[in-house]
This record gives sequence, structure tokens and C-alpha cells, in this order.
Amino acid sequence: MNNNVNISDRGSKSLIRFVISELKPRGKIFTPFNIISGLIILLSLVILVIRFAKGLGSVADASQLHPWGLWISFNVITGVAFAGGAYVLTFMVYILNMKKYHSIVRMTVLWGFLAYSFYAGALILDLGRPWNIINPIIGNSFGLSSVLFLVAWHFILYIIAQFIEFSPAIAEWLEAKRLRKILVSLTIGTVIFGITLSVLHQSGLGALFMMAKAKIHPLWYSEFLPILFLISSIFAGLSIIIVVGSICQKVFKNQLKSDYGDSYKNIVFGFAKICAVAMFVYLFLRLLVLIHSQQWALINTHIGYWFLLEILGFVLVPFIFFIYGFKHRSMLLIHIASIMTIIGIILNRLNVSMIAYLWNDPLAHYPTWMEIVVSVSVILAQIWIFRWIIYRMPILRKSPDWVPEDEEK
Amino acid sequence: MSINRRDFIKTIGIAGVTLTVGNELLAAPKKEEKEIEFSGILIDTTLCIGCRTCEHVCAETNGLPDTSDEETGSNRQPTEKQLCVINTFNVDGNEIFVKKQCMHCNQPACATGCLTKAMKKTDEGPVIWTANKCMGCRFCMINCPFDIPKFEYHSPNPKIQKCKMCFERLKEGKKPACVENCPAEAAIFGKRRDLIEIAKARIYAEPDKYYHHIYGENEVGGTGVLYLASVPFEKLGFKTNLGATPYPEYSKEFLYAVPVIFTVLPALLLGMHSASKSENNKIEKEESYE
Ligand code: SF4
Ligand code: SF4
Repeated sequence: MNNNVNISDRGSKSLIRFVISELKPRGKIFTPFNIISGLIILLSLVILVIRFAKGLGSVADASQLHPWGLWISFNVITGVAFAGGAYVLTFMVYILNMKKYHSIVRMTVLWGFLAYSFYAGALILDLGRPWNIINPIIGNSFGLSSVLFLVAWHFILYIIAQFIEFSPAIAEWLEAKRLRKILVSLTIGTVIFGITLSVLHQSGLGALFMMAKAKIHPLWYSEFLPILFLISSIFAGLSIIIVVGSICQKVFKNQLKSDYGDSYKNIVFGFAKICAVAMFVYLFLRLLVLIHSQQWALINTHIGYWFLLEILGFVLVPFIFFIYGFKHRSMLLIHIASIMTIIGIILNRLNVSMIAYLWNDPLAHYPTWMEIVVSVSVILAQIWIFRWIIYRMPILRKSPDWVPEDEEK
Repeated sequence: MSINRRDFIKTIGIAGVTLTVGNELLAAPKKEEKEIEFSGILIDTTLCIGCRTCEHVCAETNGLPDTSDEETGSNRQPTEKQLCVINTFNVDGNEIFVKKQCMHCNQPACATGCLTKAMKKTDEGPVIWTANKCMGCRFCMINCPFDIPKFEYHSPNPKIQKCKMCFERLKEGKKPACVENCPAEAAIFGKRRDLIEIAKARIYAEPDKYYHHIYGENEVGGTGVLYLASVPFEKLGFKTNLGATPYPEYSKEFLYAVPVIFTVLPALLLGMHSASKSENNKIEKEESYE
């Protein structure tokens, strides 16, 4: 009878006690990372108070011609590309049944889920009239012809889908056996739904700029922008998982299963291969766009060199590194390639949404230090929660013994 | 992990819901094709004497600060505090004055991109903004090809500011304040179709006086505000590279693809999932035989 009331087999009172005890921090509190990141987050809270009391313009570089600042360009548009790893990996593991990657799925989905939640949060910070965000959600005012409307909705739905994909880990943490069973049965449906949503909103982020045709430099603007955004989210997402995964391996050593090291290497080599293929398609498409638009002359300008730096320096070079790293089984090379790819994606997204956007505007547009602090602290807050969960739930470590073996992760 | 019939139905169900939303979406842009006679304003820059009366009455009508002592120039933009401005250009020794404000596009990019319909094209013609719908995302500013909507960055309760063609006055049967008070009759108000006829008639009557183009007749699919000038428009700070394609067309392709992807992709994924699963089972079975 009790079971009908309690989601967990612990009983409700002890469940609450358990959750409260888990809220306490683990390990040393005053590490350099904690102190520095804590201070930055505190500072950004102060900045946000000013922002809501006095308006966006009091903390951000308020430009009428560049309406979207760092919070949108970096946290939302760039950050979501990096969260793309989750849909790529769930596709590989659940749709293609590539078992080899199973052990890293939870970490990736968790990273994606947190990324989306925090970046959607950053979006709200940037809204001038956030109290009206309810309008496009509850449906008293649907702007169905708006790409942004679609993207916003897909964000919300995808956050929910990712939460469901991730939820078996929470159930395992709470020892909620029956709940876990139900949640696991939802996985494949939500995975399919989630991948579809991802394909649409990753490309949708590119489609946001379709009507800014006259404002974005022709080397970046093309009708292929949605497809380019989609393809680049594949290698952006995988590169970030390579980096985050490797950092986790160092930081959370005590959480890992004994055979994790070797299988992790194999996973990284697999990722390197996929990255290389996706980057090849991406480079090919960008070349095609360039030929098609006949913009050769524009290359020989200042912004043209900037364009070449992005394409050659931070797509072509890491592409080659990925291939070499894969062939010669070099983790180092693959790590370098991943970091370069990450820089390249940041460059690309900032170019489209900020730097090449009204590039000829004489009033240069630079983010303020306060914008940067808030941008950084959004990511730091994400890392804090990420760490908190990894220490408590079976993300990297084995699921508890009561989980049937073939269902683990 | 297996997919049973229930999951399958769940997946399809979700796709179906989204599909219906998608269908509505397909219908949305069509509304604009409905035959409506929009009102508009014809501005004849050859008649404008640069008195800036329109600037003053605009500020007054909209409850904004008077800026009559502000210097004129050739690159002044409407701001959140001043919805229309007069710019002065010196072309071949002649001073030419150009009024700048929202163009009230026939198919406005700002309203197409607005996810709350706070920005909308009224049946009468003006493009107006509604405070209690807008969430301040500023996507309208990204989309507007003329960089017209302005945002009150320094307010905790910011508004989007732009010319609304005095929509309230129109409903009372009056003309826009700027038109009504123009002493030189450089701006006239009327049905867009009639205004184009008038503009053409003026060009025919005095072909040497006018540059033979009505700015706004075809630009970005046609705008509610139309201009006549004596010199090519690029000399007067007009954007002449915008093309005649209505701006909503640029994102239409993507929007049309959405419902298609939403039906095809889940089915495809499901198919791949079952295929890879049965293959896996086969391999496992074969392995167990060995
Ligand atoms: S000029 Fe800009 S703000 Fe005015 S209707 Fe056209 S797109 Fe909208
Ligand atoms: S800022 Fe307001 S009016 Fe402009 S697109 Fe966003 S919700 Fe619509």
C-alpha cells in the first residue's frame, strides 16, 4: 500500500532526509576553482540586479543596430551548437545500436540537458520584457510565421525530452525501482522525438538569420545557413564531449569503472572519425557556397582574411588533425583538434551573429566586461550543477546492483 | 531497450500534434495575399522644404521629447525617442531633405519574425506594436531591412519604439500628424494604390524633374511609404540593394520544411532503430550458435 504513495522504495520520510543530506557539498569546499568561480557568479548576480532594475543598457553594450549581444550570440547561439553532442550520441546508441558508446551517453545527455536549461535561462536574461514570455507558450499569441517561435518551442520540448532521457539516473539515485522502469520504457520514444527536435532547432538557429540578408557579410550569409548550422553542430557537439569527457576522466577518477580508460579511448577515436566526416561535408558545402556566390573578390579584404582564418585555421586544420589523430591513434592530436574545432565554432557563430553582422557599421560593437562576466558565470553555474550531479548519481559510475545488467545505462 | 507498440503510437502521436501546428504554419503567410487596400504615405522629396514640422508634431503626438534644436545631418536615424527624422543631403549643390521613418512594408519582416504577434500589419496598413504581447526579444530589429524598430535599453520596462502611422488617429478618421501638418504638402496620405498612380502621374508630367523610380513600389515586396526624388535614391541614403522579394520569403523555405521533417524523420529513425536492433539480435544469435 505504501508503494502507491511513495515513488521511492525508501519511504517518503527517509527519501526527504536522503535528498537533504545529498544537498550538502562533498569534498573540499575551498578549492581555487570553487573560490574563483563562486566570486564570478556572485559578481554576476549583482550585475543582474542592476540589469533588471535599470534596463539592459545599464550593463550591456546597448546598440540599436546590434540588438543581440553576447548573451544571445555566445550563450544561446554558440552554446546550443555545443549541446548538439546529445542528439548525435543518442542517435548512435539508441537508433544505430552502437553499444560501444553506451558508457558515455548519460554524461552527454546530462551535459546537453544542463546546457539547454542554462542557455534558455541566458535567453530570458536578455529579454526586455520577460514577463511576456508566457505569451508564445500558453498560446494566446502564437507567431507561427516566426522562426524564433519554432526555435523557442523546440528548446522547451527538447529540454523536457532530455530530462526524460536522463531521468532513469535520477530514479537510480533515489532507488525508485518502479519509476525507473517506466522512465526507461519512455527512452526510445523521447530519443526519436529529441533527435527530430534537434535537427530542426539546430538548423533553425541558422534560419533565424535568413531575413538579415542585407546585414550579414555575403561571405557568411547564404541560404545554406540552416544546413551549415546543423552539420557543424555535429562536430561541435562531439568535440566538446571529447574535451569534457577527458576532463571528467581526470577530475572524477574515483567514479570510473576500472575498464573505463580503454573503452574511453576507443570512443574518442570513433568520435574523431565522425567529426572528420562531418567536417569534410561541411567544408565541401562552404566551398560550394563560395563558388556559387562568386564572392572570390571579397576574400582579398580584411574581413576576407578573417573568413579564411575561420575556415582554414579552425575547420580545415582540425579536420586534418582528426584524420591524423585517428590513423595514428594519437589522443593528443585529437584533443588539439577538438579544442581548435571548438574555437572555430565559436568564431563561426559569433561571426554570423555579431562580427559579420553589419560589419561595415562604423560604430564598433564590443561587449562590456559585465556582459562577459554574466556569460562566463552561466557556464560556471552549469559546471557546478554538472559536478554536483556526477558526484551523486550514477553518471560515470556503475548503476546500482538492482538494475538489470542488460539495461545498465 | 525495446520499442513496443505503445511507444510507437506515442512517437507518432507527438509527431502528429506538431504536424498540425505545422499545417497552421503553412497557412499563416497566405493571409497576406488576401486583397486588402493598404493605406500609405507618399513623400515627394522635391517638395520638402526641410522645416522639420513633421519631427515636432510626431514627438508631440507620441508623447516624446521635442528635439527641434538638434542639428540636422545626412545620417540621422529614427531613435527610441524620435520616430521620424529629416536628413539633409547635398547633391550637386542642391539641398535635398528626406524624411525617414518606418516604411510600413506590405509584408513586414519585423512582424513575420515576431513570435508573439506583438508586431503586426493591420488591415488598414500601419504596422503597429502591442506592449502587452511583446517579450522584448528584439528579433524584429534583426529582421527589419531598414533598421527601424528601436528598443528602450535604459528602461526596466522597455518598449519597442517605431512609427505607427498614427494608427489611433487613423481610426478617428484623421490623417497621420506629419501629413496633416506638412506646410509644403510634401507628404500625402491615401490608399497605396492611388498614391502610386499619383506618383506616376507626377513623373509623367515632369519627366525632367523626377528620377524615374518610385522607391517603395517594389522594394522588399512593396512598402506603405513611397518616395519620389529628383536624383537617384542611393544619393539620398536609401538602401537600393534590398531587392523586390518580400522578406518573409527568405525564411519560408525553412518553415515549409519543418512539418515535412517532423513526419518523415521520426518514421525513418524508428525504421533504422528496428533494423539495427534485429541485426544485432541476429549477430547475437549467431554468436551463441558458435
Ligand atoms: S520598415 Fe521595418 S519596422 Fe517598418 S514595417 Fe518594414 S520591416 Fe517593419
Ligand atoms: S521584440 Fe517584441 S515586437 Fe519585436 S520580435 Fe520580439 S516580441 Fe516581437
